[in-house]
Amino acid sequence: MIDVNREGEVWVFAEQHQGKLEDTPLELMSKARQLANILGVKMAAVLLGSGVGQIAKKLIQYGADKVYVADNPLLEHFQTNSYAKAICQFIEKYEPQIVMYGATVTGRDLAPRIASEIKAGLTADCTDLQIGDHTETGNGKLHKNLLFQVRPAFGGNIIATIINYDRWPQMATVREGVMPMPEPDVSRQGQILKGQVQLSDADLPLTILEEHKREKKVDLKAARVIVAGGAGVGSKDNFKLIWNLANVLGAAPAATRAAVDLGFIDNDHQVGQTGTTVRPSLYIAVGISGAIQHQAGMSDSQKIIAINNDPDAPIFQIAHYKVLGDLNEIVPKMIKALKEKTIKEEVAIAK
Amino acid sequence: MGAKPGIRYDNMEISVGYNCVVLIKQVPDTKRITGEAMNDDGTVNRGALPAIFNPEDLNALELALEIKEEYGGTVTVITMGLPAAAAILRESLYRGADRAILITDRRCAASDTLATSYILSCAVKKLEYDIVICGRQAIDGDTAQVGPQLAEKLGITQITYAEKLLELENGHITAQRNLGNGWQQVRGKLPVLLTVTGEANEPRVAAAKRLMKYKNAMTAIEIGQQIKPENPSADEETLAGLVERKCGLLKDKGLLIEQWDLDFLEADLGWCGRSGSPTKVHRIQSVVLAAKESKDVEPTEQGIADMVHELIEEKTIA
Repeated sequence: MIDVNREGEVWVFAEQHQGKLEDTPLELMSKARQLANILGVKMAAVLLGSGVGQIAKKLIQYGADKVYVADNPLLEHFQTNSYAKAICQFIEKYEPQIVMYGATVTGRDLAPRIASEIKAGLTADCTDLQIGDHTETGNGKLHKNLLFQVRPAFGGNIIATIINYDRWPQMATVREGVMPMPEPDVSRQGQILKGQVQLSDADLPLTILEEHKREKKVDLKAARVIVAGGAGVGSKDNFKLIWNLANVLGAAPAATRAAVDLGFIDNDHQVGQTGTTVRPSLYIAVGISGAIQHQAGMSDSQKIIAINNDPDAPIFQIAHYKVLGDLNEIVPKMIKALKEKTIKEEVAIAK
Repeated sequence: MGAKPGIRYDNMEISVGYNCVVLIKQVPDTKRITGEAMNDDGTVNRGALPAIFNPEDLNALELALEIKEEYGGTVTVITMGLPAAAAILRESLYRGADRAILITDRRCAASDTLATSYILSCAVKKLEYDIVICGRQAIDGDTAQVGPQLAEKLGITQITYAEKLLELENGHITAQRNLGNGWQQVRGKLPVLLTVTGEANEPRVAAAKRLMKYKNAMTAIEIGQQIKPENPSADEETLAGLVERKCGLLKDKGLLIEQWDLDFLEADLGWCGRSGSPTKVHRIQSVVLAAKESKDVEPTEQGIADMVHELIEEKTIA
């Protein structure tokens, strides 16, 4: 751990694989920038890898004042031990006050190992970060300008704000998709600092035998309109209704965890606490009861249509349009209404 | 089906099988929130939720039992929690665990993931182990932090999100990790810590024969709770003697669930409980399912056409 250091910078771990930056650290850049401005300190990205110099410039365009780069052949492929060791060395040397990681598969593996090594606090899967003051209960001691780490807990039933006032840095992993991606500014200038890290082969305890990655079949985060089906759709066959409605709308098809577990659709399409967090202009929830775990991933949608035959379904409590009835009748009616609309428009254009 | 002994030659010593230590947690069943668990204001009454065996910890136990069946060795299960957490230790014994340990101590209260992993590491260090297995995450906190932190405290390699054990041979493990958008196969030298995902296996149910035997397994606290009402006039010292005697009897029958406290663990109290936890709670807010401005739509052709029209007019859909 390091001591409380009010001059410390705000850091983002710039996760990259094979020279390609992940989306989540870029999403974190706008929040880190904002927090650094409030605190009046610099914002820096931490970049580890081998031959990753080009990425450093990109991080400055996305808002970093500084990029700490550890360019080392031993860091070519991610391994928990080597990455944790390098980041711990940076933290101990530069004493940042805040370190943020994407709550990705890699981030959730790496950040706890770092937290344990430096005996600092870590809050998992934050959905928001703010700066605020905290008064200790008991002694009434005031701590100003702490990192408020906001996260859902208890299966999403409560929202907890976590703080860390004595053993710094204040660290958090942040959920994918909950913060908007900043626009890059190609004219931004910043400092790129090459840092030396002490590593040896012993820091690579695993042999990576084989790896198979595939592109996600759907980009839910980028979709303006999403049509999602739940267990209520009934079968994989009937899930065609969701695909058809999505096709007519030019929307992305999505699903609840229950529908994915039942094999109706691939888990790339899963929205919710354990899936993707989305905030489209329109979210059409078909046969979805609206468990809090699902709502955690979609309740920020601008408009929500809920189609369900259960008047007590929790989804109705957050829906803007409540359609109570049999989805097998309502969805075809919707498809029909949309097609008629399109035809009318085409006729109008033709005239 | 004969067991295939995992024979290893380490430092000229021959050992058979693998010693697995499984870390489990009793959690409130956050996935099945019924009307009875809801307060009138739309918040969840946490006390009303049933306590269950954390789902992915069942996958962790299953993997350990499969390793024992295939290669030989032992399966020890540890949980840290309230005395009532003994229930999931008994469930582990029904399924095939050899040894069950409850870490319970008031001074563990308010431990965050860092303090928890420290306390668990003190317990694991008391045992001989080749493979430490945890569920990927618990459904009450969903942090997935204790596994990696425990691995660091033990100074061993972590293999997170394990979905398949591919090979165990000559002191090395090969496993497949689930990366969400793909998989990765890795090989490393034992000892290692695995965190296991829900896809890894189908956890077995309790075996009837073992259930009949181990339903009588108890911790010292439970024995005390049983003995006290049976001996209303006995003083503390006499009661303690009776509990000790019963513990001895159960131990001989293999029915004692061991109970460890922080003194037994020789834990540094500065790293336990509240003082060992850098993260503190600033505020807890209940999520209230708030009704927004909303419209009821008639499920008729006209009603739906009107809704579609409105959404096109306001350019929500193109």
